Amino acid sequence: MIKVLTVCGLGQGTSLILKMNVETALNEKNIKADVEHMDVSAASSTPADYVVTSSELADSLKDHSGKVVIVKNYFDMEEINQAVEENFTSS
Amino acid sequence: MKFLDDSLLKFDQEVATPEDAIRLAGGVLLEEGTIDRQYIEAMIQAYHENGPYFVLAPAIAIPHARPEDGVHEASVSCIHLKEPVSFGHQSNDPVKLIFGLGAASSQEHVELLRKLTRVLNNQEYVKRMEQASSFEEFSKIFRESDIT
Repeated sequence: MIKVLTVCGLGQGTSLILKMNVETALNEKNIKADVEHMDVSAASSTPADYVVTSSELADSLKDHSGKVVIVKNYFDMEEINQAVEENFTSS
Repeated sequence: MKFLDDSLLKFDQEVATPEDAIRLAGGVLLEEGTIDRQYIEAMIQAYHENGPYFVLAPAIAIPHARPEDGVHEASVSCIHLKEPVSFGHQSNDPVKLIFGLGAASSQEHVELLRKLTRVLNNQEYVKRMEQASSFEEFSKIFRESDIT
């Protein structure tokens, strides 16, 4: 099972929205994943395979061991599906 | 939970700055009694500290702070702007719709976000919100889309 973090500035609102849509996209592709939402500073010290966030916050996460995946429009399932398809491999 | 009831909507509003827009969205929640005044300042502070990342999609901003900044009930307001305002986001500016989020730590908060996500994932609804020409037309979209 892969470990995915969805990240926003506070870890309360927008990262939870992103988690919901990322889980939907992963389910569709039958990729089994544990998706957790959190703020940037918590994410920096949490190991994961993938970190999904906005371009605004990606810079603060560039040292993360996981692959950073950027989503521009959190409500565009086409973009999120495509980001998952291009970046995620199931394991 | 207070989810985009008529009393939480404001149509055709004029603001000069992103801060004004956030204050307006937070002010509606304050009037409804779902947040404390300090939560609004925390929303603005979050914008100044973390930048405009909460402009989540073209024309859509969802400012919020933490539950401990003063939230009594999971709630969301929506401000429709007469003229869009720029938050400084790389790809999603300018903003026309501001969803003020009272972020609670309850299960209701999760349900509220699920409902909001379901509405905003629908690009047809979003287009109609942006292009609405009256409060009635604007409000109707949320009644149709209110999936319980």
